[in-house]
Amino acid sequence: MADRYLDLVNAGPLKSLAKKLGLPQPAVLRRYRPGTPLLPGPVLVLGSGAGADVLAKEMLGWDLDVRRHVAPKERLGGILLVLDELESPEELSDPMLTAGASLRALAPGGRVVTVSRPASGTGEPARAAARQAVDGALRSLAHELRGGATGNGILLGEGVDAGAPAVLGALRFLLSGRSAYINGQFLTVGSGTAALPAEADRPLAGKVAVVTGAARGIGAAIAETLHRDGAKVIAVDVPAAGEQLAHLANRVGATALQLDITAPDAGEKIAAHAAERNHGLDIVVHNAGITRDKLLANMDQAQWDSVIAVNLSSQLRMNEQLLASGVLRGAPRVVSLASTSGIAGNRGQTNYAASKAGIIGMVRASAAAFADAGGSINAVAPGFIETDMTARMPFLTREVARRLSSLQQGGRPLDVAEAVAFLASDAAGGINGQTLRVCGQSMVGA
Amino acid sequence: MAASPDATGTRPATVLRKAVVIGGNRIPFARSNGAYTQASNQDMLTAALDGLVARFGLQDERIGEVAAGAVLKHSRDFNLTREAVIGSALSPETPAYDLQQACATGLETVVGLANKIKLGQIESAIAGGVDSASDAPIAVSEGLRAVLLELNRAKSVQQKLTALAKLRPKDLAPNAPGTAEPRTGLSMGEHQALTTAAWNVSRAAQDELALASHRNLAAAYERGFFDDLMTPYRGLAKDSNLRADTTLEKLAKLQPVFGKNLGAEATMTAGNSTPLTDGASTVLLGSEDYARRNDLPVLAEVVDSEAAAVDFVHGKEGLLMAPAYAVPRLLARQGLTFADFDYFEIHEAFAGTVLCHLAAWESEEFCRNKLGLQKPLGPIDRTRLNVNGSSLATGHPFAATGGRLVASLAKMLREKADAESRGTRGLISVCAAGGMGVVAILEAN
Repeated sequence: MADRYLDLVNAGPLKSLAKKLGLPQPAVLRRYRPGTPLLPGPVLVLGSGAGADVLAKEMLGWDLDVRRHVAPKERLGGILLVLDELESPEELSDPMLTAGASLRALAPGGRVVTVSRPASGTGEPARAAARQAVDGALRSLAHELRGGATGNGILLGEGVDAGAPAVLGALRFLLSGRSAYINGQFLTVGSGTAALPAEADRPLAGKVAVVTGAARGIGAAIAETLHRDGAKVIAVDVPAAGEQLAHLANRVGATALQLDITAPDAGEKIAAHAAERNHGLDIVVHNAGITRDKLLANMDQAQWDSVIAVNLSSQLRMNEQLLASGVLRGAPRVVSLASTSGIAGNRGQTNYAASKAGIIGMVRASAAAFADAGGSINAVAPGFIETDMTARMPFLTREVARRLSSLQQGGRPLDVAEAVAFLASDAAGGINGQTLRVCGQSMVGA
Repeated sequence: MAASPDATGTRPATVLRKAVVIGGNRIPFARSNGAYTQASNQDMLTAALDGLVARFGLQDERIGEVAAGAVLKHSRDFNLTREAVIGSALSPETPAYDLQQACATGLETVVGLANKIKLGQIESAIAGGVDSASDAPIAVSEGLRAVLLELNRAKSVQQKLTALAKLRPKDLAPNAPGTAEPRTGLSMGEHQALTTAAWNVSRAAQDELALASHRNLAAAYERGFFDDLMTPYRGLAKDSNLRADTTLEKLAKLQPVFGKNLGAEATMTAGNSTPLTDGASTVLLGSEDYARRNDLPVLAEVVDSEAAAVDFVHGKEGLLMAPAYAVPRLLARQGLTFADFDYFEIHEAFAGTVLCHLAAWESEEFCRNKLGLQKPLGPIDRTRLNVNGSSLATGHPFAATGGRLVASLAKMLREKADAESRGTRGLISVCAAGGMGVVAILEAN
């Protein structure tokens, strides 16, 4: 559904009027297109440790202009705050204030990224305080950014250096237009094996991916994005959605597999299809899901049970069957669709929120098994996304939902698909068991 | 081979190779003037092709040849199949041809293309058929047509006026297509009614066959049999003619519609006859090598086929009885008996058609006098007959029925062969207007 308000305040006389009246001014986001530069300008690297030097050097290899000092009046494409050696809260002052002085120079669609370490429950309280302080600082900074710029953080896991390939993979993603609708979020990078793609614009070349619920909406966008990134797609949806599924499949050179994922043997059928047609499977995207919204007081058993069966139980069963099938190869990557409803809760969605929160628990607990298989499992939690489903919301509810995020607009199915495609790529190999929000820093459940 | 130009220039195989069914796709069949009222034959055939392309990942692929046809066909659709191919996701460099053999059209496209594959002329093929009774062509009368043609030839105003003066009011009435045989003027149903009465097939037996057709089809949907054989179209996800809840009592209440003037009791109703139907079907065929190279499944082999025709014009045989002759000829050539088959797919044009065939093959007199056999072919195990429903339940978009039968039977044979780790065999029989019939054998191993 088109966001007419966004169109109006980005062109013509309404642009200045909205500014004068203090109305929300959602920006046109900088989204990824193959062949476009990583950032809309030079990147300023702040931080004095070895990590800052390593990352500055790496970024030079990405055709970026890297600055270690503020150059007066220069437009910046991004600011990287390398804070991995913080020992006390006072050390945060200098890099944060230097970054702050450069924020007005940040180009539309610019990026602020922090690199720091997570605060553990043990060790020096002052160090933990400093590390946790980054969390609050970055999330607040993200709220303050305008012009479609975003701020996100990378947390270095135990024993992970700033220059590790897994960190570089996450950094590239957060700097790029692929992360357009992700704001105020942290990605924890662990010790899993990661590799940057040989071809930056085809990070999934040679991969085989199955996408459930692919006939329309976010699922169709995921199939299109994985295809764009070089993957061969197996598009799955229920037989009743077969006509749209066939159209999608023919658009992206996929095979259409009409299948009810709640069938007891759904995982085995997917495995058999991938084994016969593609000789293996690298990526599984559990996107299929349903809503049966009702206040809990009015909910019947069918409404509760069907949502849990489709959104959660089916994924648990399919993961088990796929792991056992032997069809998963190399570094298998699973990406599940959660929801901000599963984090913040949502009135009328006890069943849906339960299923989506369940996904977050599932990926966390499945991480070890997929790490053993050389792969990873993560979730993406979309916020308000412009789909057929949200287009049916009442006008005012929809308008409020759109503006209730730092980016002051709904996301597109493509924005979710970009996050899925990243987590499905080997560049994200260091990320496992996590849930990444794609919500424009929604105020809900922040 | 008929492969790419850079293939080494070996001559077509002189030894016949196998042609296999890889899979199929059809759109749900819709009773006429229902869900597909606004869809043309080209629309439906394109949709069936696109579903097949999506299922097997054939986007932009150059298929060896596509053959399909329609029984009720507009004159503008002279290149129906090629036009559907151009509108589909297949490579626009895929050649195609139209074929028309009444209700045997669909099966005959499979046979013809399988033969080309067996000869090594093509590696892959798509067979198909489509029909719309809703979007049927309507022709001008012979009188009007003659006048229009003469008008076209006329040079002077005088000649044009002379031509127009020949026009009579009755010439303005259009000709709608029907199922009447051109040489007898009798509809197909009236013809079958004659045969049904001649073989003394009871109303109860016909209703039972119709009931089994609906129940079997409903059960097949229930267990997802059609999940990889069908792609929904225009909001329809199941054959709209299916009456899962029908009963013998409900069927018994229907009034006879055919054979009411035969003297004998009329037994044929709308319940045990197929309705006018819209729909399309496709079947992907290939050499074994093609299937292997493209990581595609092999469901069954197209082994052999036989066509027959009977003299119904002079009353020597019933209009739809040709398969009764084609089957024994095919069995004799292959050295097979009914006991050698796991499944029988006998197209249910009318319940009476199937039952007359069964009766004929069990009749010592028919088998001796008409077929020249020492003893009857014998009964067909009814538990192997049309086990996933047939035309009485699915409906019968004339040219699309053959593709439905071939894809479904091939899948059934593959499932049984895999489950029992042995070779399986099935027989398809389709009767057609003009006193014709085409039958074929499929095998899975």
